[in-house]
Amino acid sequence: MEASITLKKIKEGFGNDVIEVDSPFQQDTVVIAPSALLPVATFLKEDPELQYNYLMDLTAVDYWKRKPRFEVVYHFLSVANSFRLRLKVPVAEPEPKVDSLTSLWPGANWYEREVYDMFGIQFTGHPDLRRILLYPEFEGHPLRKDYPIKRRQPLIGPKH
Amino acid sequence: MEIDFQGSLQTGFFTSRMDKMLGWARKYSIFQYPFVTACCGMEYMSTACSHYDIDRFGAGLPRFSPRQADVLFVVGTISQKLAPVLVQIYEQMCAPKWVVAFGVCTCTGGFYDNYATVTGIDHIVPVDIYIPGCPPRPETVLEGLMLLQKKMQNQKQEI
Repeated sequence: MEASITLKKIKEGFGNDVIEVDSPFQQDTVVIAPSALLPVATFLKEDPELQYNYLMDLTAVDYWKRKPRFEVVYHFLSVANSFRLRLKVPVAEPEPKVDSLTSLWPGANWYEREVYDMFGIQFTGHPDLRRILLYPEFEGHPLRKDYPIKRRQPLIGPKH
Repeated sequence: MEIDFQGSLQTGFFTSRMDKMLGWARKYSIFQYPFVTACCGMEYMSTACSHYDIDRFGAGLPRFSPRQADVLFVVGTISQKLAPVLVQIYEQMCAPKWVVAFGVCTCTGGFYDNYATVTGIDHIVPVDIYIPGCPPRPETVLEGLMLLQKKMQNQKQEI
């Protein structure tokens, strides 16, 4: 099958930063270097032929013993063209860190807080990066593969 | 035949009857506070409404302020984040007070053996009666309630 216009354009514009390109089940998937995240996202949003104006999902995966360990996954939709794109960014330990997309899509705010809460990945440039579902006293990040299944959190008492 | 009142008082006869009378009064006028967080609430409502009618046992008046209640019904999963709220509710209740753990989540955490759930509310508040089941049938709840009444009747009464 012929590569879609999105994949062609990304390969043309950011050839050096593209790690992998695939299209399983017609789902365009691009893996890019973390340093190129903001330029690529800006390009996807603002290019007149693409117009990926909707950030559908933002999550992360912990591949534990692989290096780099984490991968942040973005799903974009172009409402005007009905294009969909999956963008992946590998993030390495220690201090996993990736640029925030809140300046482009304000909706990324809570998604990034959730990823920070569950995986401990820092988003640089995020306006208010703190836990969203768990409470401030929580120790660790429960969706990491090395979070012990039997671990008990310290009990928190009433605040008088 | 003459009754020796002085003698009876000295032997402690009067106080033991007082205990029984207070227990009898308390067990048939349970003002409950339902702390409902999850699906067990459906069974609680079923027990409270006319089919099973918890009012037959003198527990028909749920109070929606813990300050007016004597029995705290903890109905449904308690997460770590909610735990301080439950402790605060318990502390607001006036003595004498009792706690019923309704459903397996409140008894042991049930199948929620994970990072977010309190594995049994007896880690944070003292529990008088455990009603297991996921969720418990109304008959089970009524049996638990009767066990609680038995406990109220036979315990030492605080005045």
